[in-house]
Amino acid sequence: MSRRLILASPLLEITVSRLCQQLIENHQDFVQSVVLGLQPRGIHLAERMHRELEATTGAKIPFGYLDATFHRDDFRRRDSLVKPNQTKIPFVLEGKRVILIDDVIATGRMIRAALDAMTFFGRPEAVELLVLIDRRYNRQIPIEPTYVGQRVHTLDTQRVLVEWQEQGHEKDGIWLID
Amino acid sequence: MTAFSTRHLLGIKDLTESDLHLVFQTADEFKEVLNRPIKRVPSLRDVTIANVFFENSTRTRLSFELAEKRLSADVVNFSSSGSSVKKGETLLDTVNNILAMKVDMIVMRHASPGAPHFLASRIHANVINAGDGTHEHPTQALLDAFSIREKLGDLAGKKVAIIGDILHSRVALSNIFCLKKLGAEVMVCGPSTLIPRYIADLGVRVSHDVREALRWCDVANVLRIQLERLQVKYFPSLREYSLYFGINRRMLDELDKDIVLMHPGPINRGVELTSDAADSRQSIILNQVENGVAVRMAVLYLLAGQG
Repeated sequence: MSRRLILASPLLEITVSRLCQQLIENHQDFVQSVVLGLQPRGIHLAERMHRELEATTGAKIPFGYLDATFHRDDFRRRDSLVKPNQTKIPFVLEGKRVILIDDVIATGRMIRAALDAMTFFGRPEAVELLVLIDRRYNRQIPIEPTYVGQRVHTLDTQRVLVEWQEQGHEKDGIWLID
Repeated sequence: MTAFSTRHLLGIKDLTESDLHLVFQTADEFKEVLNRPIKRVPSLRDVTIANVFFENSTRTRLSFELAEKRLSADVVNFSSSGSSVKKGETLLDTVNNILAMKVDMIVMRHASPGAPHFLASRIHANVINAGDGTHEHPTQALLDAFSIREKLGDLAGKKVAIIGDILHSRVALSNIFCLKKLGAEVMVCGPSTLIPRYIADLGVRVSHDVREALRWCDVANVLRIQLERLQVKYFPSLREYSLYFGINRRMLDELDKDIVLMHPGPINRGVELTSDAADSRQSIILNQVENGVAVRMAVLYLLAGQG
């Protein structure tokens, strides 16, 4: 098993800042906008971006976690069970512009589940998807991210590993594993 | 993720400590689902569950049915009264007929201890024991432990007194197994005729003085006097039982601490609990009922998820 670094400091911080700037460009004062981090691995990126967005704009932006485990389409079709995580959305999504944040998009199935899970909290006016890494040739469902940190070309057999300091890693880093 | 160690939920005795924590962590997330405006998730949408009840039940059956529906499962209900069981059909035949209609899981209550074990060894579907005679009632013990955990945090080191008819109670036995596995201390308390002879071998304390039990414990789980199972006289009269073992408001107020009061229901008001105790602020009886749905959703989800 070999691992190759795709993205690390300082380029990682620059990419995250660029994504924040793109969001500000499109959402401006964030009056109707909310940020949702997708469990389990999207929440660290979402938390950082939410902090940076609030600091830069001075706006108070509603923030929540969304867990789509119960909406997965592979339940009873995989060998191991997926453990559910906390969903915490202390506001309604009705009429809101939702910014859904995840670390990596590959097949798109998890995002489909997330869109499904989201409908249980109301009908958003619009939903945008932001990902740090887009494994563009692994898609199985016609779902495309609105904002992308970096596009990578990967095989189905490869894996993208994202390590955050918040999870106890020494440094932030995104790795491609063969 | 560590998987559930068993295909069936027959009793707490078969579960590991990590199974118990897995149920609680999963139930935490389902409790959040139950507090949403739309209290439903699609996880079990291609699963069919039969609730097969050979014995009366209100709470458990309703709770299971709600849990199943909130997971989007297809649900069929069966009760032995008014069925072909009355014509002499065997348990295995009855269940095999239900399974022939493509049912994936069976939730069963039966008056005979071991009935779900018998079934689990003979059929392919997942079996969940919803109470087998005087043996086990695993989901009740899980929801009791979940409710204590919610109120007091980690169960390790907590003192739980189970008070009442221990001899006939499947709730007591499942609770003892569950609480011991989680590191709690357990005391059983009741008249000597209603305490099984060798119960201390399970590592529990035994008391015949309800005031002593209340002084000792952090949580009192008060059981129902099961009038339907008392074919012989275990105590002279209900009045005498309630005088010696009934719990009232005054007894709770006399303690130097607040204990948590639980009851698996249905309550015989004025027998094991007076109304002012059952409806007191220390009582978490209705929380138990609420948590029952979340815990049963977790059990169904974990068993169904094994495919």
